[in-house]
Amino acid sequence: MKILTGNDLKSGAVVWWDGRGWSLHVEDAVDAGDDADTIMAREEAARRVNVPYAIDGERSAEGRVRPAHIKDRIRALGPTVRPDLTLKPADPEAGNWVI
Amino acid sequence: MYKYDHYDQAMVDARVEEFRDQVRRRIEGHLTEDQFKSLRLMNGLYLQLHAYMLRVAVPYGTLSSAQMRALADIADKYDRGYGHFTTRQNIQYNWIKLEEAPDILADLAKVEMHAIQTSGNCIRNISSDQYAGAAADEEVDPRPYAELLRQWSTFHPEFLTLPRKFKICVIASEQDRAAMRLHDIGIRILRNEAGELGARFYVGGGMGRTPMIAPVIRDFVPLDQLITYSEACLRVYNRYGRRDNKFKARIKILVHEMGADEYTRQVEEEFAHLLSQGIEPPTAELERIRTYFQDPAFEHGALDALDRSDPDFALWVDRNTMAHKQAGYINATISLKPVGGIPGDASADQMRLMADLAERYSFDELRVTHAQNIVLPHVRKADLYEVWKQLDQAGLGTANIDQIDDIIACPGLDYCSLANARSIPVAQKISQRFAAGGKADALGELKLKISGCINACGHHHAGHIGILGVDRKGKENYQLLLGGSEAEDTSLGKITGPGFDEDGIVDAIERATDVYLRERGEGERFLDTYRRIGMEPFKEAIYG
Ligand code: SF4
Repeated sequence: MKILTGNDLKSGAVVWWDGRGWSLHVEDAVDAGDDADTIMAREEAARRVNVPYAIDGERSAEGRVRPAHIKDRIRALGPTVRPDLTLKPADPEAGNWVI
Repeated sequence: MYKYDHYDQAMVDARVEEFRDQVRRRIEGHLTEDQFKSLRLMNGLYLQLHAYMLRVAVPYGTLSSAQMRALADIADKYDRGYGHFTTRQNIQYNWIKLEEAPDILADLAKVEMHAIQTSGNCIRNISSDQYAGAAADEEVDPRPYAELLRQWSTFHPEFLTLPRKFKICVIASEQDRAAMRLHDIGIRILRNEAGELGARFYVGGGMGRTPMIAPVIRDFVPLDQLITYSEACLRVYNRYGRRDNKFKARIKILVHEMGADEYTRQVEEEFAHLLSQGIEPPTAELERIRTYFQDPAFEHGALDALDRSDPDFALWVDRNTMAHKQAGYINATISLKPVGGIPGDASADQMRLMADLAERYSFDELRVTHAQNIVLPHVRKADLYEVWKQLDQAGLGTANIDQIDDIIACPGLDYCSLANARSIPVAQKISQRFAAGGKADALGELKLKISGCINACGHHHAGHIGILGVDRKGKENYQLLLGGSEAEDTSLGKITGPGFDEDGIVDAIERATDVYLRERGEGERFLDTYRRIGMEPFKEAIYG
């Protein structure tokens, strides 16, 4: 599946296309399919996202979306060496989700 | 320390307002990201893996207490309570909001700081010896010359869009503590046979994907021609450096492909021409700058001995201090490498403590080292025990400078969008492995450096042991290098063979250090043994 990511223009936060808008959580990401370019052009022009791009995503056994490549997984979670700063600060297993 | 004059302050203030307007126009949509990108980069603002990242310049690594406190306040107010000190003696913040960036620059300007020359294809922030003005072995304080070069290079209209970024380093001692020969221009200030001071120019060094050690281009440039000669070096590069291929655009490639002799000939020709143009700043300007770098009011006759009765303190003194030029004083290095910690990171509270200690015990001065540590350069020996106790209580008392656990590590894949692999977790595992059982102590001086990609921000080519993170079919993999050095005996490390996964690289390093412990001769460091016995015994142990 193709999922779309970028950064929020003002805050710089990593965001994911959830079908209606941009979410902080990659689990909300949807398959953009053939519409990827159209969505990205429209959203960037409206400054709802900064420098969007499409990446490969995959669905886990439990059906959760996650990026296929480790770099994007770290981007989706936060630095593996500072669990307190990730999107799952209370989850001791967060690092495993990345690797 | 250098103090801004009216012109410096006006320039920096104007730059803040200019950037405020550019940010406003970007947010309102009058500028596209393509148009805005180079403007934000000129102000040190990158878009990184998780957010915007701001790199703040620390000219030649020198900071006042007030500046360090301002850096701490920025970490708390605009970031997430910490900052990362880099191998170019700067600091970067990882969680910056675009809308707040102009306010950060305004806060920096209030303490005579900025983020200019920390990005883009310009002459970057000048680096120097962290003990400048304090080392027992230096000819002269190199910082007035570094400051002169800074003033010449900031906003130099001819050199704002060079083929590629350009890094200059200035030192003034035979011992090289600043990786001088791995810079685009390395300058060593020394005396000639007549006892006059001059500058030796090394041009065309660098790390990255094509590491090179800079050759000497000229043995002795009189110091009143320093800027003219630098300008000649830059001009030849700006004229012939490649703009068609990013990977061949650094001056090291030009010097290598043109040949050092031909490059030198052209520089000399340009130099002769420039001499006739009278571009050297007036001596009075250098003298004005020099007044800011006078020695602090050292106490003459200060006690020149240390009470070493506390063994933990004695160990820290042995590891973390360096002789001072003034009797009764010492250079104290604060390690930002606690066991299992993140190399180069400091919390806002730690920055404040270091600032307070500098204000009270080090004539208000701190230095950032290229090895990502902090120096208190002028501590009275009589005060050193108190300084250490306060550092130790705050988790800043690690005694490991230049040991295997004093690791240089770039941010790697945890923060950097260019990375192939993570650097920090590998550094953490190595420091934990070697701290256990005192193995790090047994190994003595062993400089280990890790980069998360071929760009080599973590100086892996120059580590006695170097580690390079690569991407192997979507998985993190680590190549091992041995035999590098960035000191006066500069050398480039060689790859041992196939790479390892994260745990495998730690085991491989342990096997390499076992070879050293078995083979070392009297007084030999790891690097010396490697140079004497060569790669083979290490390879056998690592892959055997
Ligand atoms: S070496 Fe590579 S991964 Fe490390 S900070 Fe530099 S660009 Fe990023």
